[in-house]
Amino acid sequence: MGPRQLDLAQAPPISVPLRFFLTAPLFAIAAAGVVAFHGGAMFASRFMPATLAATHLLALGCLSMTMAGALMQIVPVLAGAPIARPRMIAGIVHPALTLGSLMLAAAFLAGAERLFVAAAVLLGVAFAVLIAAVVHAMLRARAKDRTARALHLAMAALGVTVVLGAGLGLRRVFGAALPIASLADLHPAWALFGWVGLLIAAVAERVVPMFQLTPAYPSWLVRRFGFAVLGGLLVWTVARQAAVPLIGDIAAGALAMLYVAFALVTLRLQRRRRRRRIDVNVLFWRLGMVLAIAAALAFATAATGVLPARAVLVVGVLAIVGAALSLVNGMLYRIVPFIAWFHLYTLAGASPGMPNVKDYLTESRQRAQFALHAAAVVLLVAALVLPDVAARIAALAFMTSALAWQANLVAIVRVYRQRARALASAQPAQG
Amino acid sequence: MTTIGDFMLGGHAACDDLFAQAENAAGDWPRAEGALGVFRDTLLEHIAMEEEVLFPAFEDESGAAQGGPSETMRAEHQQMRALLEQMADAARAHDERRYLGAADTLLMLMQQHNMKEESMMYPMIEAAAGTRADELIAQCRAIELRSAGTCTCSRHGAATA
Repeated sequence: MGPRQLDLAQAPPISVPLRFFLTAPLFAIAAAGVVAFHGGAMFASRFMPATLAATHLLALGCLSMTMAGALMQIVPVLAGAPIARPRMIAGIVHPALTLGSLMLAAAFLAGAERLFVAAAVLLGVAFAVLIAAVVHAMLRARAKDRTARALHLAMAALGVTVVLGAGLGLRRVFGAALPIASLADLHPAWALFGWVGLLIAAVAERVVPMFQLTPAYPSWLVRRFGFAVLGGLLVWTVARQAAVPLIGDIAAGALAMLYVAFALVTLRLQRRRRRRRIDVNVLFWRLGMVLAIAAALAFATAATGVLPARAVLVVGVLAIVGAALSLVNGMLYRIVPFIAWFHLYTLAGASPGMPNVKDYLTESRQRAQFALHAAAVVLLVAALVLPDVAARIAALAFMTSALAWQANLVAIVRVYRQRARALASAQPAQG
Repeated sequence: MTTIGDFMLGGHAACDDLFAQAENAAGDWPRAEGALGVFRDTLLEHIAMEEEVLFPAFEDESGAAQGGPSETMRAEHQQMRALLEQMADAARAHDERRYLGAADTLLMLMQQHNMKEESMMYPMIEAAAGTRADELIAQCRAIELRSAGTCTCSRHGAATA
């Protein structure tokens, strides 16, 4: 076999993913805080400073944070090669992403130019290191399967998103006249339909059939989805740049249809699941997929330019809080207990009384948080229509949900720590 | 021509199906014990093919025994056996919570394990086995028939027909 050294154990130290997963809900809490503080005024347009701050707290500090942690955990399994030096990578990406997200939000709120520069540097470092680590692991493993390809595409979209975001920063701070039209439309589209959407689709294609025991996704969708989405984004970008609205509208419509198709297929597969029990994870999936369809349709409508500024916000609320956050929130209820179980087992073996994955957090606590989250999404959409009445109520609902999410994750980790500590004191030599 | 990967993949699919039946039967304990028994036999038979035939052949050909990938796979098989035991205990005690908890844990472990085998382990075994691949598949089939002799379930009834 030569030098091809494969380590199939692969799991990074538990602190590597957990630091990302435990930080993410804090940013959702912070975003809700911004909405609670600023109230209905920030729902006037997506370019209000507080709106930009809350959006980036969620997109960076919450969603990208979770995705970075999940990548550290799943790339080794998906690609068959561990991420090299996971502690070091996490030690750079996590603080840089945390600080960068905070500084960017502060920069928007305060309009402070220096903060934009600092945020850009920190976020640039965080994403460059993350992309390099993931791509390096996959190239080293020579993983060539569909998931590896899909992850490469998601990484490419992340790269484009970061560059477009940096372009927006440059324009803002230095008044640079960049030769790119509609940066402020391209950046969020690449972020949501490229980076976030492609990563979720790549993961869904593997985990939905695997963990819910559904039939596989149809091969036409698996093989073409990623390329079609990137193609659609590229055509849309060029059409915007060249000011050919007809082509742009067609590309936006095609992009939306791709995501509608993916979500409909997912919902259909889940109806044919062989595991009969409906757990919270399935509820989060259903909510996320229904809202992804709504977000895609809203995007196609918004892209034609017919919607008033306020209505365009609905795309962000549906895509970020509705679709992406639902899926991420639900997914962590599966990932975190499993890695806790896995690491405890590695420490102790199957000793009697060892908690199984369902012993870490009761189903009722997860269901309660799901209900809070769903209520928050509904109220946030209502706040777009009636900002003065509903904005602060929506913010409080969202904050309550995020606090419950954080408390639930902390509860899981607490069970793990108690057990791990008990094991360590029982076997002092193991340290 | 059937490759080692194709042949073993069929085992993973069968285990998925039988797992779902065993999990869905929770609460209906006589049925659950029966379904769990079939699932358990099939999973252990699949593991036996790997541990008795494929991994030794891989370790011989590649020299990767200690600390190699097959050792990790064996350790995960050990974890699966422990979880199967927990499910059986819980079924005997009619403890639905514990049964479903062990089942959920086993499924997560089994699926990430299968993914690693399908994307890495089997291709490595195939590369190491070279021209011996057909012989190894025949030895795996012999294990299937060995359990078929003692098992009366519909799957093995069909396998011998």
